[in-house]
Amino acid sequence: MGKIIVKNGRVIDPANKVDEVLDILIEDGKISKLAKNIKNGAEETIDAAGKIVLSGLVDMHVHLREPGREDKETIASGTRAALKGGVTSVLVMPNNNPAIDSAQMIKSVKEIIQKTACANVFISGAITKARKGEELTDIAQLKKDGVLAITDDGSSVDSDELMLKALMQAKKEKLLVICHSEDKTLSAKGVVNLGFTSTRLGLRGISKESEYKRISRDIDLAKKTDAVIHIAHVSCKESVDLIARAKKSGVKVTCETAPHYFALNEETVLGYDTNMKMNPPLRGKEDMEAIRQGLKSSVIDAIASDHAPHTENEKDIEFERAEFGIIGLETELAVAITELVSTGLLDWKALAEKTSFNPAKILGINKGTLSVGADADIVIVDPDKEWLVERSNLVSKSKNSAFLGRRLKGVVEYTLCAGKVAYPWNL
Amino acid sequence: MAWTKKDLLGLEELSREEIELILSTAESFKEVSTREIKKVPALRGKTVVNLFYEPSTRTRVSFEVAAKRLSADVINIATETSSVKKGETLIDTGKNIEALKADIIVMRHNYSGAALMLARHLGISVVNAGDGWHEHPTQALLDIFTLKEKLGRIEGLNVSIVGDIAHSRVARSNIWGLSKLGANVTVCAPALLVPPEIEKMGCRVSDNIDDALKNADAVNVLRMQFERDEGAAFPQQLEYFKNFGITRERLLKAKKDIIVMHPGPINRGIEMSSDVADGANSVILEQVTNGIAVRMAVLFLVSQGHDQNGQNNS
Repeated sequence: MGKIIVKNGRVIDPANKVDEVLDILIEDGKISKLAKNIKNGAEETIDAAGKIVLSGLVDMHVHLREPGREDKETIASGTRAALKGGVTSVLVMPNNNPAIDSAQMIKSVKEIIQKTACANVFISGAITKARKGEELTDIAQLKKDGVLAITDDGSSVDSDELMLKALMQAKKEKLLVICHSEDKTLSAKGVVNLGFTSTRLGLRGISKESEYKRISRDIDLAKKTDAVIHIAHVSCKESVDLIARAKKSGVKVTCETAPHYFALNEETVLGYDTNMKMNPPLRGKEDMEAIRQGLKSSVIDAIASDHAPHTENEKDIEFERAEFGIIGLETELAVAITELVSTGLLDWKALAEKTSFNPAKILGINKGTLSVGADADIVIVDPDKEWLVERSNLVSKSKNSAFLGRRLKGVVEYTLCAGKVAYPWNL
Repeated sequence: MAWTKKDLLGLEELSREEIELILSTAESFKEVSTREIKKVPALRGKTVVNLFYEPSTRTRVSFEVAAKRLSADVINIATETSSVKKGETLIDTGKNIEALKADIIVMRHNYSGAALMLARHLGISVVNAGDGWHEHPTQALLDIFTLKEKLGRIEGLNVSIVGDIAHSRVARSNIWGLSKLGANVTVCAPALLVPPEIEKMGCRVSDNIDDALKNADAVNVLRMQFERDEGAAFPQQLEYFKNFGITRERLLKAKKDIIVMHPGPINRGIEMSSDVADGANSVILEQVTNGIAVRMAVLFLVSQGHDQNGQNNS
């Protein structure tokens, strides 16, 4: 494998407290040297002057739908979308149909990954069989088969007793539990944030209580069992406050939010745009602000897309009938740059922490750094260049982006995966 | 002012001037229904399609009469979601109707936002005849028209809306319309039937019927839809009548000339007693008559808007 030099980029690497203009030498898929003015007979030189050089993003919340719903997305199309967005590692959620809840399912997913993935794909397994919340999966076996976490994402395990057992098992197996914290008896048939928006639109609301009461339970159970939990897609102020308190009291809890929760709020739902329909729903402005502050204060550890592709037939219909969820792999970095870095809320180091270093640490994978010897998963971004999000420039199979029509700052110029230029494709 | 919109989707997006234009247009159309030959040629050669996904007799018939008095051809499609069951999407259904060269679709739909979605995808006019819990603009317009006819103004009036506010498109359209025209609106319902933060739409909330009636110039009594299965939020019928029903005794404590309205059909003995429904304060049948004039005005105006900017804005 050839040598590549990434020259003169501003290298940001929180793992090594690096923020300076450096060259990076890549050999055999690994980073072999970081220094100024590396003079070496590399076969390929990438001029990164004026660009930001980051570790490839680690997106720990992604739905790639394969096997089961290849019409929405495949592992091939989803990882291409990832690379275009600067994401080199993803954790796929197990809510396929059938769910990824057994050794056999994991085997078939691994085969597809091996044959078709263009980026690193890690697997999570279900907590309960078929994600029904009735019977635990064989958690020890899932761990042996290589899942990085267990989660019933899309649903919460409603039974306190079953969740307690799951956490005890996970603790024993040293396995992370990702919590989709939602009390469906409270969110019921809701489709938008409960409040003025649901009233004005005449739609059923999803209360914030349905989220934070369940987070509170999950935190209590983690405390009781000393298990390690991660709260997915945090959307409201009360949740941020609860997690902040839990962290202070020593509970082993981390959390993520998604770009739409810090970039958008419920007002964008007012035209019944089904690309603004997701679960949890877009909340109020004060919640959006709380999410931003939670990122700044590091209560929120990670940014993950919750990439949820759906076909036009499932989205271009009446709001109440449309599926929940939006795609996000291709826009997450640019949305974060536009909303967090350009606004001065986060510096580049903090952005790198949220998008790669922290999620890699949470998942326990050897990613998210630009250390010598690390896999050369690298993204090179033009931080000031703007682009327009359009259906035609999205490579995901599905086009259900909440950011269609928006101008975003930050263009991914190159994505390197395992030392190869993986994006743009024509190289 | 001239009307420019190709659609009528709700009162939230209308200006005060636009609402007043509909009302004044309706005033001039009202006379048509008193003629021996109840017809004007305003929409001659136009086709109006009533597309109803929910059972409705009075709104559908009112639109049909209005369209016919404007000399339009009327086609009624009552689907009760059958096209959804057959798998056809609303947008496909709408495009098929457009391909028949219809000019206006009047749609009733059980999902909030359906009329807006259809309007975005079609070049022809869409009139919302009720979408989910969202809006029912022509009902509110005829309520407002009736009030104005009776009391001479809307500005400064105290209007109370009583009943299941949470699930009511009639309530929402009335709140937007009345508050834009300067009325003081109070909504009154059991707490579980008041949707959150509704005050932000421009109204006051009361859970006491006597309080809501006290200074009211008019009370608009909503139908309690016990046939909807909304579970625990719904009170028992008798309990509701006891606490919120409009009775002669309650009206004796209100302004003498208080106007009593109801969008129909009435559940006698639940929302109001029969003596109130048939009494001197009731304008319920006048509302029905005025509904024709208001819908004639709306059909006429949207056809004008369509003529001016009839491009598909999807």
